[in-house]
Amino acid sequence: MAAFAATAGGLLRLRAAGSEGQWRRLRGAGLLRGLLQPESATGVAAQRRRVAHFTFQPDPEPREYGQTQKMNLFQAITSALDNSLAKDPTAVIFGEDVAFGGVFRCTVGLRDKYGKDRVFNTPLCEQGIVGFGIGIAVTGATAIAEIQFADYIFPAFDQIVNEAAKYRYRSGDLFNCGSLTIRAPWGCVGHGALYHSQSPEAFFAHCPGIKVVVPRSPFQAKGLLLSCIEDKNPCIFFEPKILYRAAVEQVPVEPYNVPLSQAEVIQEGSDVTLVAWGTQVHVIREVAAMAQEKLGVSCEVIDLRTILPWDVDTVCKSVIKTGRLLISHEAPLTGGFASEISSTVQRSRAIQRAVTGRHPVCRVPSTLPDA
Amino acid sequence: MDRQGQIINPSEDPHLPQEKVLKFYRSMTLLNTMDRILYESQRQGRISFYMTNYGEEGTHVGSAAALDNTDLVFGQYREAGVLMYRDYPLELFMAQCYGNVSDLGKGRQMPVHYGCRERHFVTISSPLATQIPQAVGAAYAAKRANANRVVICYFGEGAASEGDAHAGFNFAATLECPIIFFCRNNGYAISTPTSEQYRGDGIAARGPGYGIMSIRVDGNDVFAVYNATKEARRRAVAENQPFLIEAMTYRIGHHSTSDDSSAYRSVDEVNYWDKQDHPISRLRHYLQSRGWWDDEQEKAWRKQSRKKVMEAFEQAERKPKPSPSLLFSDVYQEMPAQLRKQQEALARHLQTYGEHYPLDHFEK
Repeated sequence: MAAFAATAGGLLRLRAAGSEGQWRRLRGAGLLRGLLQPESATGVAAQRRRVAHFTFQPDPEPREYGQTQKMNLFQAITSALDNSLAKDPTAVIFGEDVAFGGVFRCTVGLRDKYGKDRVFNTPLCEQGIVGFGIGIAVTGATAIAEIQFADYIFPAFDQIVNEAAKYRYRSGDLFNCGSLTIRAPWGCVGHGALYHSQSPEAFFAHCPGIKVVVPRSPFQAKGLLLSCIEDKNPCIFFEPKILYRAAVEQVPVEPYNVPLSQAEVIQEGSDVTLVAWGTQVHVIREVAAMAQEKLGVSCEVIDLRTILPWDVDTVCKSVIKTGRLLISHEAPLTGGFASEISSTVQRSRAIQRAVTGRHPVCRVPSTLPDA
Repeated sequence: MDRQGQIINPSEDPHLPQEKVLKFYRSMTLLNTMDRILYESQRQGRISFYMTNYGEEGTHVGSAAALDNTDLVFGQYREAGVLMYRDYPLELFMAQCYGNVSDLGKGRQMPVHYGCRERHFVTISSPLATQIPQAVGAAYAAKRANANRVVICYFGEGAASEGDAHAGFNFAATLECPIIFFCRNNGYAISTPTSEQYRGDGIAARGPGYGIMSIRVDGNDVFAVYNATKEARRRAVAENQPFLIEAMTYRIGHHSTSDDSSAYRSVDEVNYWDKQDHPISRLRHYLQSRGWWDDEQEKAWRKQSRKKVMEAFEQAERKPKPSPSLLFSDVYQEMPAQLRKQQEALARHLQTYGEHYPLDHFEK
């Protein structure tokens, strides 16, 4: 318990350092990388424009879902959509430019295969796309809406927050739009600047009634997207656009599910818990490797996968073991989703019990502010 | 039908049978009676809020009568007559306004936010015009399902200014949806008159800009509303295209119980519409000239409808509110762990501090 005693005053919490703003990298990782580079490599590298500071790390080929095929992220998405439209005759896909295959090629071939009444373009209007999708879902049909960039989801914010999220609750379960899934490309891509790089998950995390999901890889993406489409609640599925082509791995051809609201411990460790989602999972994997090599620190790496509702238990269990938590995300620091995770973990009674070795002294209900 | 209930153009007389027209009349007047009693009940502090439908009963009943019972209805908040025409029981209107245990909506929303799955009336939400693109999506799904069903979407001339309205019209036209857009142009959006809402020729004139066939009707002529809706329905299903009906009417009542419209319009103006051009009066003149109604029946019906409303009202008053545990269900289809924890925390809190809450009014 020595480690706990040292941190009994409070959990040591590190946050991804760096400036607020649309561009975020784990600055520490960048510096370390600079230090680790052999000199010759630095000279050549300095003249080339570097657009990514991570390497996609594929997971081992999955064995339990049958035949697999090499797919990148957008192909895995196409595969999920193909499976969905094949299984569910009510399913339709719509949004801007999805008919010809989509600006990121996620819907290539689907219109030819399933027909123009099932894969179709809409006018350029995000509030219309989501509102329309809600309406389809209200009748019980499956609606898969595409927003061209997560940066443009905001005109649909009212439809998502005031309507989709509240449909079941406000009607006393007479009506719902659970068969709605909204997909959008998400996150930094290198050259996207303010309006093709955003990670807006924190805005939606504050909205009970919807689910928010971010995959880290092609295999995860197909399984999570299929789960979102089948889930009986409206879901937002953010697809890390930088991984569309850069992430390649073996993905099952047949449909399969990756569960929602379950975080994945992708590497076990004992000294600190690192939490991330989407692209940043690969960054912190690298950080974990560097920390082990250079600092002798053993990191437990968690991919959160579902932002809302998020898997509090897995994260808390890990932090009880390691005693330290670091959360890293591309989105701005203030009000970012790391705040929700760190505050929940610190308030968690399991953590309190673990840190103090006994139940909290005051038996106040947890809805009252902690002293 | 003119203001005296005389048919102006016999070729447009729908020749509806007596029972049907009497149903129109009873629905409109029962709604009117319920409105009076519930408006008063808000004034007396029995319910928190209410919105009346005075002057617009013709738009509700005329359009509802022209639809099939299974046609899906998306409304804004001033379409209770559609539900009334579909025989939604008084008990359930009251239950929703009182937010008591009989409310199908589980007491979660403000009064007049009705919904009924059985009668294909999608639950009302407060944000304006959000229902418009949703109605279009529902119509698209109905088309794909070959359901022979139309969707009707009601909204006011104020809500028609919202971006969602523009979105809905454009989607309906480009995606060829069997939908009737029904605009109740009642002259005001709370205090904002139409001269401050738009400068164009109302809402009907916008339709052709989207490629939508549109018509403007006298909203206080229940037969005109019926005819327009009937034809729109027939063609929407047959041709898979949208239709826009702008029904000109007048909001005789205040916007809601939170409004006093004498602050922005004259009592004379209101009285003019109430006395000279009221859909209920016009229909009554028609009925009486046909010999289908008379003063005695009027007296008897007024008494009977008032009695029905009062009975439902008194019953609703007595019922408890739903259990506080229902605060947390239906947020998702299943209850996630974090919400369950919050629900349990509330239960513990009420166990310790329940004396500070009016728990007697709520089911356990």
